[in-house]
Amino acid sequence: MRLIFITLLALVIAAAVGLGATWVTATRGTDFGTLRIGAWTARPKTGTADVDPYSRASIARAGDLPIGQGDGVAFLATTDDKKRPLDGRCDVVVSGVTPAARFWTLTLYDLKGHLVANSLQRYGFTSEEIIRGADGSFEVRMASRSRAGNWLPTGGIERYALMLRLYDTPVGVATRTPRDAPMPTIATAGCP
Amino acid sequence: MIRLLFTIVAGVLLGGVVHLVSVLALPRIASQDAYSRLSAITKVNAVTALPVADPGNTLMPYMDPAFAIATCRYDLSDGPIKLAVPVSQAYTSVTFYTRSDVAYYAINDRSAGRKVIELNLMTEAQHADLPEDEDITAADRLIIDSPTSTGLIVLKALAAEPGLMPLAQASLAAASCKVQTDSPQAEAPPAKQVAPASKR
Repeated sequence: MRLIFITLLALVIAAAVGLGATWVTATRGTDFGTLRIGAWTARPKTGTADVDPYSRASIARAGDLPIGQGDGVAFLATTDDKKRPLDGRCDVVVSGVTPAARFWTLTLYDLKGHLVANSLQRYGFTSEEIIRGADGSFEVRMASRSRAGNWLPTGGIERYALMLRLYDTPVGVATRTPRDAPMPTIATAGCP
Repeated sequence: MIRLLFTIVAGVLLGGVVHLVSVLALPRIASQDAYSRLSAITKVNAVTALPVADPGNTLMPYMDPAFAIATCRYDLSDGPIKLAVPVSQAYTSVTFYTRSDVAYYAINDRSAGRKVIELNLMTEAQHADLPEDEDITAADRLIIDSPTSTGLIVLKALAAEPGLMPLAQASLAAASCKVQTDSPQAEAPPAKQVAPASKR
């Protein structure tokens, strides 16, 4: 009787620990091969044939199609440079320069990866349509109410994510440091 | 007390095994992966345009709204696939995924270097069956080896401004993805004959 109880307990612990760890790694992701530049993170290896099993599991779970390495690389940010979560009710400014790439797009998503509805039907910017300063740098302002310049509406949602995708770029698996890939800064400029 | 401690340690160790097995099994058992989501709305070995990403479209997460996207769900069991994608104004790319959504090859219009991206997709066995001289005559045509016999090809064309989206969609609408019906594979195994049509 006691042996049965102990075996059952061990099996229950095994199931809880094992599936729990799988759940956490598949939803949150792991740090294997993660490239961090400021608040931006990318996993260039997910776009190659030697993607790690944890990324494969999270890709399968999310129903995502990772961007292939010969196509480009995707950087995701959910916080600003001071680790403060991106809040749709605040003004957030993305400014600076981007790494070398033929094209890039900056897109705003909710945390499930869906676009946020707004009356302008503006969900992001491409490198072609952005308004730049004289030195080639740019500034995009995320806010719930309209702003001058490059305004990206947040719809006032509480948390969101920004994705900067570089297309036809040397940035990828070999990139290690911010010097190889100067990413724009993200700063919360003020909350109402 | 010691027995209880032992049980917990054994449970945690076994949990590690369960974790590894479930991580490795997840891509196989996931029913909501991208391939499964797309297989409901796509045809085999044909180009299907996907709806442009917008808030009401929750087909896949993190779709880029600046791109016109089309897909070809392929099955190589009937022979190699011939893919031709005309290059759009701004940027065009083709990405190949296996059945379990591993992006094993991607190419863009610049690396393809011409007005139409032309690729032949086949399994490694079909590639090995190709006659030798065929490889030489088709040197200007890229041959991609697919690790699996089924998978996805995703075609993307950038609309640099929202107004250019119809143009990007039109260039993808002209893409073709079909089985090379006249290939040597269709006939008996001694495929030493060079099929005239596949010599372009």
